[in-house]
Order: sequence, then C-alpha cells, then structure tokens
Amino acid sequence: MPFKRYVEIGRVALVNYGKEYGRLVVIVDVIDQNRALVDAPDMVRGQINFKRLSLTDIKIDIPRVPKKKTLIQAMEAADVKNKWENSSWGRKLIVQKRRAALNDFDRFKVMVAKIKRGRAIRQELVKLKRENAA
Amino acid sequence: MAPSKPRSKSRNPLLIPGIGKFSRSKMYHKRGIWALKAKHGGTFPRHDPKPAAPEPASKKPPKFYPADDVKTPVPNRRKPKPAKLRASITPGTVLILLAGRFMGKRVVFLKQLPSGLLLITGPFTVNGVPLRRVNQAYVIATSTKVDISGVNVDKFDDKYFAKDKKKAYKKSESSFFETEKQEKKLPQQKKDDQKAVDTPLIKAIEAVEYLRGYLGTKFTLRSGTKPHELQF
Repeated sequence: MPFKRYVEIGRVALVNYGKEYGRLVVIVDVIDQNRALVDAPDMVRGQINFKRLSLTDIKIDIPRVPKKKTLIQAMEAADVKNKWENSSWGRKLIVQKRRAALNDFDRFKVMVAKIKRGRAIRQELVKLKRENAA
Repeated sequence: MAPSKPRSKSRNPLLIPGIGKFSRSKMYHKRGIWALKAKHGGTFPRHDPKPAAPEPASKKPPKFYPADDVKTPVPNRRKPKPAKLRASITPGTVLILLAGRFMGKRVVFLKQLPSGLLLITGPFTVNGVPLRRVNQAYVIATSTKVDISGVNVDKFDDKYFAKDKKKAYKKSESSFFETEKQEKKLPQQKKDDQKAVDTPLIKAIEAVEYLRGYLGTKFTLRSGTKPHELQF
C-alpha cells in the first residue's frame, strides 16, 4: 500500500515520547535522515527524532523555517486546532484526558449514568421482544 | 512575663561577623562605664547578693549508699505533637477508609482531635459509620468536600471516645463457670450526639446531587483500574 502521510514541511505531528509528550507540533525543516526541526505556537523551536513523532493527516502551508508569527498565522488559516479536535484521533485523546482527570465522585456519577443507560436499553429491548413475539 | 524593653542597637558595628570595629578599651569608653564609676565613687554599682535560703539545720546521713555509682538517666522532656494533618484533608472532606471494620466506606471528616486522630462520621443513617476516630494513615482524601459549617464539633475530644473501665470483679469459682454476659448498650447521650452532628450534615449532603448515594456506596477497585493513576 502506498504511504499517505509524508514527512514534509508543514506536516502536523503528535509527539509521542519525551518531555513534549502529547503536544501537536509542525515540522518546519528536516535536519537529516533521523531528525526534524519542529515548532509549535507555545514552544521553543527544537529538533526531535522522527521516531518520537506520529504524523497526522493535517498539513499546513508554510515556507521552510518560518518566523513564529508566520507559523501562527498559517496555523490559524488552516484551522489546525479545530480540525484536530474534530478528527476521530483528536476526539479520542480528549476523551482519554477527560477520563484520567475524573474525580472519585465523578467516577461514581459515571457509574450511575452507565447503569441508568443500560437499564433503559434493556427495558426497550424487552418491550420490543414482547411486541415481536406477540 | 513583663514586656521586654527593645534592646538598643550595639555601639560596636560589625566589620565581619565576630569582629567589631572598636577594641575593648574603646568600647569601655563608649559605653560610659567611666561615667558610672565616677558617679558611684570609684566602683561600679552593685547590690549585695540575695540572702540564700538557710540550709536545714540537721542533715541526716543517708540511710543507704548504693554499691555502684549508677548514672541517673536524663529526664525525657519530649512532648509528642499531634500528627501533621495532610493538606488535602480539611473539615468537610470526604475520606475513603482503607482498613478496619468500615473498610471501603466513604465518610465525612469533621476535625482533628488533640491526639492526632481524625474525627469522622458516616453520617450514620447514610452508611452506618458512627462518630469515630480514625488514623490519617489509613485514609485516602478525596477532593470532594461537604459543607460542614452547620455542624458543631467542639464537644468531641479523645476523652469522649475512651473505653469504659471494666470494674474489677473477684474471680470466684462460681463466676468462672458462669457465662458472663455483659450487656453493652449504647448510652442515649451518644445517640443524641450522633443525631446532633448528622442532621445539619445530611441537609448539606442532600443539597448536592448524587452525594448521598456516593457516601452510601463503598469504594471498590475493578479489573484494569490502576490506583496509582486514579485521581481522587
């Protein structure tokens, strides 16, 4: 199968190891076979190994190693934040973070909600079965 | 203690810690000891020592001299302080008990007693935990807080929870073979105290949705939950 996500200038990637774990960055230059120069609006531009990156579908239009201001403008124009948060991958990460931050009380409320939902579903199922059998 | 006068600044400025600018003779002059001496005719004013208490007239020789000189141990002046309360535990915090009869129950923290133990209550009608003392070490503090302003816990201290002393009975042969059935009834005073503490507490609990059910449920771990990753 051909590759669909390429390492290129402007490719948005997710850092999956190290100090910047979980951050969305943009590849602004390729240093050598293993490393890229990455940048993000709230981070100092720096090098990172490709093995620490997971490429996303999102790509923005920037010149090689843009100024921070240009980078931010390009990210706004491409609406990276919203595209990421609406993608299924982005949504999954948001849910994971939310679940990890749950309080003990919150976990109790989730449990109660799950039970209520299950009960409602089962009641409907029983009703439908009865209607079908009749 | 009488309020102490604010001490005047030293007349001998420090060049380096431990070394003053002026020598002893210079300081003698600066402090004006020469003037005091002149005022009092050549000597520094002093008062006679207070008369010491008269020694008891007859000191009897001690009855007993120990064979070896035994060193008297230094008296222990240490006063243990109550355990430092964790910052996450404030009055009204919901705690999870980790050990003992009420293991797993979620209870409300009221105050720290002078012994360092924590005073907690279920409330009793919610989960069956009465007013009780619990050690901080056997407790997880959650971030859920209950409004405890309506509750008065001033009357509770460690003496309230002291066990009643069993009256010493003579071990006669007959009593040895009898089945001693001592009825331990909870005094009405304790029941009233429990109710007095719980009523305002339950009102505060009912104000928050799901909180009553939360306090009535035990804390459990399920397969896959990692306690060290849980946020309380």
